[in-house]
Amino acid sequence: MSDGLRLTDVESFYGDFQALHGVSLALEPGQVLALIGANGAGKSTLLKSICGLASPERGRVEWNGRDITGWKGSATVALGIALVPEGRRLFKSLSVEENLVLGGQVGRKGPWTLKTIYELFPVLAEKRHQPSTSLSGGQQQMVSIGRALMSNPDLVLFDELSLGLAPIVIKDIYAQLPRITGQGMSAILVEQDVTRALGAASQFLCLAEGRVSLAGRPGEHSRDAISAAYFGT
Amino acid sequence: MSDFTLTRATPASRIAGIIALILLAILVAAPWWASSSFLHLAGEFAVYLALATLWNLLAGYTGLVSVGQQAYVGLGGYIAFSLALFLGVNPLLAVPLAGLAAAVIAIPVASLVFRLQGAYFAIGSWVIAEVFRLVAAQATSLGGGSGISLPVTVTKSLGGKWVREASIFWLALALGAGSLAFVYLLLRSRIGLALTAIRDSEVASSSLGIRINRVKHVLYILVAGLTAMIGGLISLQKLRVSPDASFSVNDWTAFVIFIVVIGGIGTIEGPIVGTVIYFLLREFLADYGTIYLLLLGTLAIVVMLVAPKGLWGYVQGRFGWSLFPVGYRIHFKD
Amino acid sequence: MDLVNIVLQGVLVGGLYALFAAGLSLIFGVMRLVNIAHGDLIVLAAYVAMEVVKLTGLHPLVSLIFVVPLMAAFGYALQRGILNRTLGGDLLPPLLVSFGLSVILQNGLLAVFTADSRKLDAGALETASVAFGGISIGILPALMFGAAVAVIAGLQFLFYRTALGRAFRATSDDAEIAELMGLDRAQVFGWAMALSLAVVAIAGVFLAIRSNFDPFMGPGRLIFGFEAVIIGGLGNLWGTLVGGVILGVGQGLGAAIDPGWQILAGHVAFLLILALKPRGLFPRIDG
Repeated sequence: MSDGLRLTDVESFYGDFQALHGVSLALEPGQVLALIGANGAGKSTLLKSICGLASPERGRVEWNGRDITGWKGSATVALGIALVPEGRRLFKSLSVEENLVLGGQVGRKGPWTLKTIYELFPVLAEKRHQPSTSLSGGQQQMVSIGRALMSNPDLVLFDELSLGLAPIVIKDIYAQLPRITGQGMSAILVEQDVTRALGAASQFLCLAEGRVSLAGRPGEHSRDAISAAYFGT
Repeated sequence: MSDFTLTRATPASRIAGIIALILLAILVAAPWWASSSFLHLAGEFAVYLALATLWNLLAGYTGLVSVGQQAYVGLGGYIAFSLALFLGVNPLLAVPLAGLAAAVIAIPVASLVFRLQGAYFAIGSWVIAEVFRLVAAQATSLGGGSGISLPVTVTKSLGGKWVREASIFWLALALGAGSLAFVYLLLRSRIGLALTAIRDSEVASSSLGIRINRVKHVLYILVAGLTAMIGGLISLQKLRVSPDASFSVNDWTAFVIFIVVIGGIGTIEGPIVGTVIYFLLREFLADYGTIYLLLLGTLAIVVMLVAPKGLWGYVQGRFGWSLFPVGYRIHFKD
Repeated sequence: MDLVNIVLQGVLVGGLYALFAAGLSLIFGVMRLVNIAHGDLIVLAAYVAMEVVKLTGLHPLVSLIFVVPLMAAFGYALQRGILNRTLGGDLLPPLLVSFGLSVILQNGLLAVFTADSRKLDAGALETASVAFGGISIGILPALMFGAAVAVIAGLQFLFYRTALGRAFRATSDDAEIAELMGLDRAQVFGWAMALSLAVVAIAGVFLAIRSNFDPFMGPGRLIFGFEAVIIGGLGNLWGTLVGGVILGVGQGLGAAIDPGWQILAGHVAFLLILALKPRGLFPRIDG
């Protein structure tokens, strides 16, 4: 398959520490992959290796048939890969709207514009000129998602969407997920909440200590098997 | 649990230690076998070695990058001269006294300048030096803007030519070797361990109870005092103080920084290597004043970009040499 | 009337100090870099202006048409060629490299232009003045102050109302995530330095007109700019203008007591504020 995302034996480091020991995966267009694993298993590093914030020492990252291994973040966004970072990481000197507009800086065509983002998350329209940091955790997460969508990506990487958010807020955001990914977009969903992640995805990958411990479709494996893979037992 | 021993010395350092002692003995005897010009050159070498070693302690180990140490060089010179001229103190004795006085002055200065961080601290230290320089230029009793020479009567009080040259040379030797010894012993001590911890991570070391601010304060004041002593020595070597020369940024900071950067910042051997390179280069480029500074500056930039640990840092990284070992080695008895 | 005059002159020269400071403040805001060679770059701009005037016969202020883009281009090259390599967390490299640069600039200018004192002639502007209720205001000082206000207003506008300013603020907040928006950090920093040196060019030309200059004046200008920034408070450009004014007035009052006290009085004012209000008068960010 030449379209979609393909990783082959990727080895990435976090400083001197090897975070990924030969990870491979294949994601077809329009599919949602749940990436689960304990803290420090390498999930964030994997996302960073794809979008360009980390550069793999060995292995290959291919996107739509193109080798993008080691490409910088400013280059991968032009190809349609966007990251919703762990902990939101909004630009605190910018207003809500400025954060969103900046997301669209790369100028890719597509369904997502300021107008459609405000339709998706109406509360942001009310607060558009406020400093991004004055919003609640859940609202900031919406800005972060909106900022990523503004680049009209074909692949969205969600890093710990639910981190630090109240359950009801998480529920609301996940309710919007099909609308976000529904338009043929691929997504990788990194989540500590395994049930929620598996519920939103069509396939999953479990990492333990930088290695793939289990992979497949959510229904295929028992809870026990997934538990064992999660904890590396 | 296997048996092991802890040592500090390495074969290289033991040899270096012996050589150093022999060298020191030879140098102490220098006034009897060397020429005036050699004594003069050696004295200059000692001055730069001492200034570089002390600056390295502040910048390479304590994280305090000062671009204003010339404040204390000049202060030491002016205080030493004042003590000799107005209180009739023997000039050689005036030097350590000047150091003491400067350390006291450094206490309020430290509390002011420590309000600034990082690069702003650097420029702040420069402002202090400028203040000292401008105040000195206002001191008419010390020659105002043109400075003053040591009166013949005071010079004669140091003894005949041979005695005078020998005493100043020994003072230089003492300050040079003393500064090295001070830094070496400090880094081997608990304070040295604290410094390395601070350098590696301020947050972590602070959580371990290391009073970072206190350590920095104390070191700044100690270095100020020692730098002032060197300043007093310099004023004796030149027999003169003046605002522009005693507080010169070029002579007492630019050259010193280049010496440490090229030699190897953050290592004890670095300043030694750097001083040697500085004097070697000066021998060959003595006639090309401006070009010399241009070359040194360019070299320092290139080193900083390409091999930030300097010449000795590179050598140490590559071959593991250490002439002044401060760490411990574990030898397992297998 | 004399006191009023002294204070007024101090306020107006404060504009020049604010111009020295603006470029410094801008760079610190965007990339947390303090450029020790900043003052020497102002002096470089003065010499560049001198050469442009010699070549074209233009009035010094008009020579800005050439000096500004020349300095801006040099700034972009300097940042991308050398300074970008020093940024990355550690304090020492940018500081020591910019210090080395300072020494190189001073001695390079010395080698090319000798230590002779220079000055640019602004013609009638230099002595022209306007009478205002009993005191006379020099046209040139007023122009200088006006330029400072215009530059700061322009920078504020650029930072808060343009895409470039948005890029600066985002990169300053979180350079890593800004990469993901297509903002290449190396390029953004290059533009920031280009902008800083454009301001430096304006400062340099006014310096050259107002007083004599020589290759070694750099550190002094750096210190004045730095003092204006610290007095005014980090991260606040309008505060920098206030800082410059306080410095200028302090110096003026000191000079009135004794000419040799002029610069010292400025330093004393700075140290006083440092002692009493360490973060400056109107701080916006932390160092």
